[in-house]
Amino acid sequence: MSITRENILNIAKLAQLRLESDEVAGLQSDLASILEHIEKLGELDTSGIQPTAHLVVDAAPMRMDVVVPGLSNESALAEAPRPREGGFAVPAFVDEG
Amino acid sequence: MRQLLEIPISELAERVRQGEVTAEAVATASLEAIANRSSLNAFVHESHESVLDAARSIDKRRARGEPLGKLAGVPVAIKDAICTLDFPTTCGSRILCRATKSKSQGWRSPFDATVVERLRVQDALIMGKTNMDEFAMGSSTETSAYGPTLNPWDPSRIPGGSSGGSAVAVAARITPVSLGSDTGGSIRQPAGLCGVVGVRPSYGRVSRYGLVAFGSSLEQIGPFANDTRSAARVLNVIAGHDCHDSTTAVNSIPNFEGACDRGVAGIRLGIPEEYFGEGLDSDVRSQVNEAISALEDAGCELKKVHLPHTAYGVATYYIVATAEASSNLARFDGVRFGLRVECPGSDLKELYGATRDAGFGREVKRRILLGTYVLSAGYYDAYYKKAQQVRTLIRRDFEQAFNEVDAIVAPISPTLPFALGQHVNDPLAMYLSDVYTLPCNLAGLCGISVPARPTSATSERPSLPVGLQILGRPFDEETLFTVASAWEKLCGGFPAPSVAP
Repeated sequence: MSITRENILNIAKLAQLRLESDEVAGLQSDLASILEHIEKLGELDTSGIQPTAHLVVDAAPMRMDVVVPGLSNESALAEAPRPREGGFAVPAFVDEG
Repeated sequence: MRQLLEIPISELAERVRQGEVTAEAVATASLEAIANRSSLNAFVHESHESVLDAARSIDKRRARGEPLGKLAGVPVAIKDAICTLDFPTTCGSRILCRATKSKSQGWRSPFDATVVERLRVQDALIMGKTNMDEFAMGSSTETSAYGPTLNPWDPSRIPGGSSGGSAVAVAARITPVSLGSDTGGSIRQPAGLCGVVGVRPSYGRVSRYGLVAFGSSLEQIGPFANDTRSAARVLNVIAGHDCHDSTTAVNSIPNFEGACDRGVAGIRLGIPEEYFGEGLDSDVRSQVNEAISALEDAGCELKKVHLPHTAYGVATYYIVATAEASSNLARFDGVRFGLRVECPGSDLKELYGATRDAGFGREVKRRILLGTYVLSAGYYDAYYKKAQQVRTLIRRDFEQAFNEVDAIVAPISPTLPFALGQHVNDPLAMYLSDVYTLPCNLAGLCGISVPARPTSATSERPSLPVGLQILGRPFDEETLFTVASAWEKLCGGFPAPSVAP
């Protein structure tokens, strides 16, 4: 399955990743060779095989239902590049819908 | 004082507890080693003050007659992906560095990872943070924003990765032990390529709370050390259920150090032919075979086993791991922490895009794109679901093998440590070098890498390390420590690099 420049730009958009125009061709060829290798899985008949989504860990115990302190507002904002009025500042945005 | 960093940590901690040496003196020796070996680029964040303060407080408590912990005064280096209160945590990435007026400043976690907290409770000295492939994505520590770490056996070669800095800290005798994380081999492979012991615990054995997430269903934190017993002691300290990580098992924790003293007679070792096929370097093959023969002479029973889906491990892993990564790395967006790139008038999406473009390196972008692609509408069944099904087949391979044997022995890496830059422009070749380590993560097994005998020096290259990998059933790290420790005794201990910088 070949991957086009359009595909790359579309996935980048989904991944909220702006790409420099000179990066696109390189990433396209990287992904093409990786996907070619991945096609190898098509050799295997997996019909009826249960997918492994996560590894089974013995029943996770319930935690005690007690109140524990969370992060203070101050320490939650301590590393924010732009805190404002006790929150994280973001540019104004509108719903695209 | 240098030799303090070369003795087993049980002995070092005992000397500190007895007052034969102060924690401050040990800390000073390790800080000097960090400075003397800075050309290896093993550390990315260090601090004299916090380390010396911690050491003096341990010495004061001893002077007052208070009991000290199992790691009293033992210097530990921590991979830059594991959160620490007293050092920045940046995952080898620009995106976790915030530009301030004067300089770039690494992100500071508001909490210690559970493993770091457990080390501190046992009076370990947290020496600093070690270099790594950006977000643990790489097999050579070359994708770090801080530049590559060099292999102390031959500085023109890679140390392996992604936990290359932690492997080198131990191999170069800067700290006697360190912590790394293993998502697809990132502890075992650099341990093998640097000639040290590296343990990847079973999935669920060690808390991941405070480990910056890459592939959540695959990764575990584990120790590096210069001897098997020291690695066992660190694992005993960090293992166990954690209420902050619901995937940690409630199993009781065996005495891993005690397992180092057991005999190997009668232990059944599986030799998977798929790990000894085409592509395996002849020097690696002969050194690994020598160690296996020695174990046979010591009473282990060797048995051929088949892991028929091994060849599909790379493809399966690079679907599962990138899918998980594309989701986990969505949190780095310029809003709550780290880098933020915005232009006047830019909207929220432009802020996200510009920040992630400037903050992530090429390998991370590649994996985010691949992960997003395999999860996207129309491709999910063909890639992600298919990979999860093959993951089941790979697990079954191991389940069947472990019906017949107690552990599996194999090489760690198909090659000797390769030259810096050799695979930088060929991501698939880099991925294929992980062929022997990935299946363990997909199946949730435990694994250890211990040094086989290093190769002999030739006119073209110095002596280089080779790693022997031992894989065990989930939650059977004890067998790994028993077999690894037996080999360590048989070969007379693991040598330090001959080309010390």
